[in-house]
Amino acid sequence: MNDLTLPRHWRAALLAPALTVFLAFWLLPMSRLAAISVSAGGAGYRALITNPRYLESLLSTVILSALVTAVALALALVAGLALVRHAFPGRRTLIAMLTLPLAFPGVVVGFMVIMLAGRQGLIGAISRELTGHNTVFAYSMAGLFLGYLYFSIPRVILTLMAAAEKLDPALEEAARSLGASPWRIQRDVVLPALRPALLAAGAMCFATAMGAFGTAFTLATEIDVLPMAIYSEFTLNANLVVAASLSLVLGAVTWLVLALAGLGGGGNVAAAA
Amino acid sequence: MKLDSVPIRLERCAKTFPGAARPVLKPLDLDIAAGETVVLLGPSGCGKTTTLRLIAGLERPDAGGRVFFGAEDVSARPIEERQVGMVFQNYALFPHMNVRQNVAYGLSIRRLPPQQIARRVDELLALTRLDALAERQIAQLSGGQRQRVALARALAPQPRVLLLDEPLTALDAQLRESLRTEMNTLLRNLGVTTVYVTHDQAEAMALGDKIVVMSAGAIEQIGTPRDIYHQPANAVVASFIGTMNQLEGVWRDGALHCAGGRLIAAPGAQPRSRLWFRPEDVILTPSGGELHGVVESATFLGGHTRLSLSGVGAAPILVDAPGRTRYATGERIGFSLAAEVWHTPLPDTETTTC
Repeated sequence: MNDLTLPRHWRAALLAPALTVFLAFWLLPMSRLAAISVSAGGAGYRALITNPRYLESLLSTVILSALVTAVALALALVAGLALVRHAFPGRRTLIAMLTLPLAFPGVVVGFMVIMLAGRQGLIGAISRELTGHNTVFAYSMAGLFLGYLYFSIPRVILTLMAAAEKLDPALEEAARSLGASPWRIQRDVVLPALRPALLAAGAMCFATAMGAFGTAFTLATEIDVLPMAIYSEFTLNANLVVAASLSLVLGAVTWLVLALAGLGGGGNVAAAA
Repeated sequence: MKLDSVPIRLERCAKTFPGAARPVLKPLDLDIAAGETVVLLGPSGCGKTTTLRLIAGLERPDAGGRVFFGAEDVSARPIEERQVGMVFQNYALFPHMNVRQNVAYGLSIRRLPPQQIARRVDELLALTRLDALAERQIAQLSGGQRQRVALARALAPQPRVLLLDEPLTALDAQLRESLRTEMNTLLRNLGVTTVYVTHDQAEAMALGDKIVVMSAGAIEQIGTPRDIYHQPANAVVASFIGTMNQLEGVWRDGALHCAGGRLIAAPGAQPRSRLWFRPEDVILTPSGGELHGVVESATFLGGHTRLSLSGVGAAPILVDAPGRTRYATGERIGFSLAAEVWHTPLPDTETTTC
């Protein structure tokens, strides 16, 4: 397409700010990161392969993020459709309340998980009363899962609600007139129509979970997710080479998973995230 | 292909939506014979779509209202169990399925053997002239093609009743007319009981065995297109269908006296002080004539020229003049009226038309 509106030097001038930002905040740090990661003769990447701790934390991060994404999508789909379809008293208040945790940083979410399932937590107190055993799972994968889920659900619900509101009610009525049961309508009409939104929300959720730090920092005393590993290498061990390698691997793996998910869904999910 | 059709009967069907002060539909009785095409006609908000949705089972009538398909009381049945075919204004085709899959959907719900489904879909695609487009995606189709897919999809499971909600409204005028003719032929051949909602009177005239004129949630008149046009039951119907002139005057010695002259009543006519007539009821008489008017405007429309005559009654009289004659504004022309105008059932009193 030919842009005929402005002379060439104007166009160049207008592109300059965007180009500067891209250079300063994307290309420069990324290339610096890449450069550090391969310094010391690629020792960073070698450590990644040879040290099972790193591989384990990468694997557990991916599994945790995938699990969080799947559960968040399932819960948000049901809740989002219900919120869009049914008018009930307090609906607006409920939606407003849903958006409130959007502002919470990961640390607050972690704090809330500790209050629920920590050593002095609510669940522990109840289980102590009932069984005499103090149930504590805030600092395990289960606690992290709960925190990530809590963090993701509002975002996913809002994305899905926006898509569900745009669904043409006549589509469902047409399916009903052809004899489709409510389950078939969900399967044949609603889900295919929400598919792009599900992919976008899922991608966003997965990428956020992969990189989540605040919650992990608060909770991950017994476990190692990749962002935590990067943090400890960087600050505690001052091992910049390994930290940079891990960072790039984290980015690449996230991007790869999203790209693979996108192959099934048509359209670039990584771009949608 | 021929479909089994059932008669439809609505008994005291009213509809009030929750939280609304007034009902959108006042208690309504309607009988539709098997195989008949009935058009619900009226301005937007008159309750015609609600009536269609009551028949479909997408809405339930207020307590006391009942819907029958033949002898069966379907009032409590949801749309899934009513065996109706429905075509929506925006077609509501499933966007992620191609043409064939859309048409086959109702059949696959019924778990028919795949070969039978394929055969039936082919038959419908041929009937709606979509054979060449079977594998196309919906997004690749034109409006007219989408409308035909919607019709084929609705007809595939052999519905007892076909319901169409303004199916041609989204199309441009020329396409609308050709699809209208096509659909008319199709519906007559199928012999399916059809209820058709529209606000377009030309569509109603062309398609309906019967027209139900509705306004403000009630039926104004039920009749054949001819009845509705020539014997409108009231001023609302008269003004909604076509153009209607009113000429008021004083009844004296078997004639109506008005500013434009003296019109002698047809033999056997009741004394009247107001006449209602269509533009085509006017007979132009170049030499004299009973009434006279002055051409206020003349609009050439191809087949005829629409004249507006002043100085006849209170309001200008609209006349359709055929042929190649040119009319100049200010010209005085004579005319009389067809004898039938003395026998319209409309009242003598002045009525505000909407």
